Amino acid sequence: MRKRTLILGAASLIAAFVIAGMAQNGTEKAPPLPAGMTGSNANDPRSNLKPGLFDAGEAASGIRHLALLKKPDAFQLGVDPTGPMMDKAMRALGIPSAEMIPVAQRMAFGGLAFANSDIAFQGNRLFLGNFYGINIYDISEPAKTKLLTSMVCPGGQGDVSVYGNLMFMSVEMPNGRLDCGDQGFPPTMPAPGQPPLPAASKDRFRGVRIFDISDISRPKQVGAVQTCRGSHTHTLVKAPQDKENVYIYVSGTSFVRPNEELAGCSDGTPDTNPDTARFRIDIIKVPLAAPQNSRVIASPRIFSDPATGKIDALTDAGSHDNKGRVEPTDQCHDITVFEEIGLAAGACAGNGILLDISNPAEPKRIDSVNDKNYAYWHSASFSNDGKKVLYTDEWGGGLGARCRENDPNVWGADAIFQLGADRKLKFASYYKMPAAQTESENCVAHNGSIVPVPGRDLKVQAWYQGGISIVDFTDAAKPVEVAYFDRGPLDPKMLILGGSWSAYWYNGNIYSSEIARGLDIFELVPTKFISQNEIDAAKTVRLSELNVQSQEQNRWPNKLVVAKAYLDQLERSRGLTTAEIAKYRKAILAAERSRKAGPLKALSAAASQKAASAADANDAARLAGIASVLGDPAF
Amino acid sequence: MNAMTRGILFRTVFFLFFALFPAFAALAQSGPVVVRPGAPGQPTEVLAEGTRPRAVEVTAKDVEFMQGMIMHHAQAVEMTALIEERTDNADLRLLGARISQTQAAEIEQMKRWLAVRGFPAEMDMSSMGGDHSHHMGGHMMPGMLTKAQMDRLRRSKGKEFDRLFLEGMIQHHKGALVMVDDLFGTPGAGQDAELFNFATDIDTSQRGEIRIMREMLERSAGKKE
Repeated sequence: MRKRTLILGAASLIAAFVIAGMAQNGTEKAPPLPAGMTGSNANDPRSNLKPGLFDAGEAASGIRHLALLKKPDAFQLGVDPTGPMMDKAMRALGIPSAEMIPVAQRMAFGGLAFANSDIAFQGNRLFLGNFYGINIYDISEPAKTKLLTSMVCPGGQGDVSVYGNLMFMSVEMPNGRLDCGDQGFPPTMPAPGQPPLPAASKDRFRGVRIFDISDISRPKQVGAVQTCRGSHTHTLVKAPQDKENVYIYVSGTSFVRPNEELAGCSDGTPDTNPDTARFRIDIIKVPLAAPQNSRVIASPRIFSDPATGKIDALTDAGSHDNKGRVEPTDQCHDITVFEEIGLAAGACAGNGILLDISNPAEPKRIDSVNDKNYAYWHSASFSNDGKKVLYTDEWGGGLGARCRENDPNVWGADAIFQLGADRKLKFASYYKMPAAQTESENCVAHNGSIVPVPGRDLKVQAWYQGGISIVDFTDAAKPVEVAYFDRGPLDPKMLILGGSWSAYWYNGNIYSSEIARGLDIFELVPTKFISQNEIDAAKTVRLSELNVQSQEQNRWPNKLVVAKAYLDQLERSRGLTTAEIAKYRKAILAAERSRKAGPLKALSAAASQKAASAADANDAARLAGIASVLGDPAF
Repeated sequence: MNAMTRGILFRTVFFLFFALFPAFAALAQSGPVVVRPGAPGQPTEVLAEGTRPRAVEVTAKDVEFMQGMIMHHAQAVEMTALIEERTDNADLRLLGARISQTQAAEIEQMKRWLAVRGFPAEMDMSSMGGDHSHHMGGHMMPGMLTKAQMDRLRRSKGKEFDRLFLEGMIQHHKGALVMVDDLFGTPGAGQDAELFNFATDIDTSQRGEIRIMREMLERSAGKKE
């Protein structure tokens, strides 16, 4: 989520139901579909679901909902929408009476200040970021997930990462305090005859907080690294040759604080101020043995032109949002690093960029792209082999209704790029969650992660109130939807901030951060688009930690189910004949019963041979995968 | 009960208490806990059960910013309305349409933000103090064009209009940046989540438009030579 339409949605949400006689509702009508473009499908089962906060209609395919954990009391203004707490909270916000707001909507009120945001995982723990702090859950039994700790520490957006006994958190808003206080900075009346107190405050915190989570019930703040623009998102970077430190790439997108508050910060355009805190990212070095000594070690000008030294050298080339006008890129919104291939993909407002991070402390830009259909480059994911990059466009900032029947399916969509051996990005196609959503549903591409089905490139992704969707981008030119889950809008008439912020696969389940409702937990179920073997093969990948923007290559054990998943795919692609597939399946079944690997060796050699002559590269990889598993199966 | 049995009883109770203490402690901790960390290096505090969050106060400056920005935006919309009859410059017409559309929508957002918090969309002039008649021309917000500047813009046509419009709108947009700076530079202001995001976006988008307009001015100046 980013700045622009947060206010749009949040304000319209509050406003729409409060103000009688103003706009009929808080939504914007879709403009006509531009000529030659395709909109969303209004006949999809996800279109026009029943609205509701906790009783909304649902539609799903290939995804089963297991549980919803509502936001804890400490993170919502009123738990009982008719109780006195609610009235009190409303009055604190300057709203004379809760009566002005329909009961069903009261719990979602005050959305943004208490919005759920990004997720990180470690062992059996899930860390759910929130503009107001972080909630930590026990997911050892996913369907019976339990809240362990609510950590209050306001400052938005609460982007979260974990590494060993450390937890990192992004803070960007001016109410962020070093001491995690919830009072912000109350306006102070100067004493009579005295000048007003300065806005600059040493107690303010905007940057990356570092917590020790050795005791999960008592996260302890051990470090806090201030940055000039705060931290909208951050990315944890491990250095292969440096086990004593980790690095944090900080993406700041908001205003630059004054030098009086943080020495060295200054605003301005490059022509008037070459030291401007814009047009850069910040890199924090975290000494693992002494995290309290973490500090910013570099602020590389990654948008510069090395030939001329111009620091604002990247422009968006004119996206649909600015009607052919170029704007300079002065910030990254999010960066995904993939250490195994030494690259990072930056989603940087007007551009998608590629960084060489072989030295994490000195990222070097090696390519950049833009796209006329893109409005705001928001996030990025690599395919597991690092040969594709999927970027997202957060057109309208996340709070606009951007999946209406008349919204083009190439605006606010994923853009899939091939990443060649020359380390250049080449555009292949777009993917957008296909179902038309109503005008009261904020919907646009948002955060997702790779689903580790071997032999396919699958990504599960959040689309705000457009729900979650799994896209298969194995064929970069022809992405297809594999599974989905969606709810009806929070409200039938007005756009209330809500929906899935992040939807991530972790060790066999999908977890989704629902901005207004809470934490959703799902599992995959087989359909004609995904088989049980493929789901089971995905579950063989077990991670001890997952920070999605710090991507790691998935590796599969030599389990027979992995070979079975490849066979299902070869059946689908017709990469093997029915008779051949039957032969493999029979042999695998026999081996599963006998637990003897011997008879599979011959088939392994056959698969290997077949792989060498396969016409399709994906099928060749699947056959090679079968050869590998059958050659040395693990029972 | 003799001394010995008392002693045994005491020891038994004593033993049981310590033997079972971890179990009790664990029981007491089995529910979720609400904590608030301290500043770096400081201990983490356990908050009382039933703790509710606190929303940051809306300040007079926040309200003034929104009311002032409505006035400020209104002039931009007024300026773009002049384009239709005064220039054929396609780039400028496109730019004007965009500014008009964006700022009109933002005016609605600001009005809603104010209304739900019980504030009027217009600034209360009586609170400005002293003789405020000279404020009433609508040029009290930074960067807003004076009446003379607006009249001159209205009277111009073609290339002259294009130049005055771009110069005027750059001045106008720069004023919005000053207002955002002023907001975040005021103690206690700009902490409301929605307001923070709104002001941040104004800053980003108007900065971009200023650059676009500067380039348009430079291009047209270059052509003349």
